[in-house]
Amino acid sequence: MADSEVLHAEHRLEYPYSRSTGPVIGAFLTALRDGRFVGATGSDGRVIVPPTEYDPITSDDVGELVEVGPGGVVESWAWVSHPLRKHPLQSPFAWALITLDGANTAMLHAVDAPGPDALATGTRVTARFRPEAERIGAMADVEAFVVEGGAS
Amino acid sequence: MSAAARAVRPVSIASFAQSQNVRKDDERNEVEGLMPVIAEVFGNIGITKDDVDFICSGSTDYLIGGPFSFVMALDAVGVWPPRSESHVEMDGAWALYEAWVLLQEGEIDAALVYSFGRSSLGDLSEILTLQLDPYYEAPMWPDIVSLSALQARALIDSGKATEADFAAVASRSRRDALSNPKSQVANDIAPEVLLQDDYVVAPLRRHTLPPITDGAAAVVLAAGDKATAWSDRPVWITGFDHRIETHSLGARDLTTSPSTAKAAEVAGVAAGKVDVAEIHAPFAHQELILAEALGLDDSVAINPSGGALAANPLMSAGLIRIGEAAERIRSGAADRAVAHATSGPCLQQNLVCVLEGGA
Repeated sequence: MADSEVLHAEHRLEYPYSRSTGPVIGAFLTALRDGRFVGATGSDGRVIVPPTEYDPITSDDVGELVEVGPGGVVESWAWVSHPLRKHPLQSPFAWALITLDGANTAMLHAVDAPGPDALATGTRVTARFRPEAERIGAMADVEAFVVEGGAS
Repeated sequence: MSAAARAVRPVSIASFAQSQNVRKDDERNEVEGLMPVIAEVFGNIGITKDDVDFICSGSTDYLIGGPFSFVMALDAVGVWPPRSESHVEMDGAWALYEAWVLLQEGEIDAALVYSFGRSSLGDLSEILTLQLDPYYEAPMWPDIVSLSALQARALIDSGKATEADFAAVASRSRRDALSNPKSQVANDIAPEVLLQDDYVVAPLRRHTLPPITDGAAAVVLAAGDKATAWSDRPVWITGFDHRIETHSLGARDLTTSPSTAKAAEVAGVAAGKVDVAEIHAPFAHQELILAEALGLDDSVAINPSGGALAANPLMSAGLIRIGEAAERIRSGAADRAVAHATSGPCLQQNLVCVLEGGA
């Protein structure tokens, strides 16, 4: 049998189902697509960001969604001098837990800073959204946070 | 509810065995790696698989990269005629908990618990990301070292600990591991020397990280007549509990471990003097958080085995803590011990087991 007679068939491994992200997570992701942040009001009045469908502390249902950010404060940070292949940034960056303005819990994201000396716990940062046309309603819609008034 | 308020059927850690912990076991599959461990855990007390009424294992398909790998692993025991069997996608410490709960019901008197995992088969920095929140965290692929570094920084910022304290934990653990023939990383290096290591993810330096380990472990639990028949000095479980915190990392105070504190309270850790504590702290700074949450003072010997900094076989490192603590009691070196296991990022879930030596 000549090579030209070898049969080929494409096999694509896929998960052909979709899942709704629901009224709370979905609202947060949709807001990201719009270049905004929202949080959920917990049963004790705290604002949970990113929002969950239940209060992570009391397990009660959460209340109304409120707008937060886009600026915030670094609660803790870790400097990655050698990013891994799937990290959101491929040049040295910081992971940080960031409490957005108006929120009472912190969210994890990357901070694009020129070096570890540019960051400290308590540093103010703000979100750098991707261009509107590139946003899809996912965490990656925020390319990274940057230091407020910083060079990057 | 306090431990004293609960009617607890005495269950003994009748036997414990673990494999040699190694960086990469690429000559044996999971069944071949488990078989000598199972043979040893039975052989220690002269029993066979026919003497146990229940089998429970802990492992994760994400390490081997294939579904239902725990079913294949049962070949290491041999399950014909059919056996009553269960599995948790968790560290073997939680498999032991499930078996202990079944023993509480009083219908069986002995159980085999085992766990296994080869961390070397994949890239843990990616595999462990899959345990995170699938919408807010996992899509960014934050690796376990980075998340632990966020916790370490928070601990430093809180004023509770310094990098030198982390180095002291690592130095002591790996020095103690010199007397543990099953350990993977054992050495005697002073903390001030360790502090010259480079950062992996600042503020975590190389020495504060656990090794990547392939290994397996097994325990036989016994109650009733079997507990006393199989041991001259039964090691009784006198308190047992596990608790979990929210999966929202940013909603937690990472410098404390309220789930450990709650489990310790329910398990009755403070009801007597603790001689030895085997704490499952994969990262050096986590031992400091856990020791505080468990309420341990300076008189307690922490991780004489070397702990997870000396060998961290995923899915077994928690079960090994229970086994190591039990062996200290069986040998007479301790009368009362606390064993701890953790799961999830930054100590999200914690299990506490109190052990006491009997007559």
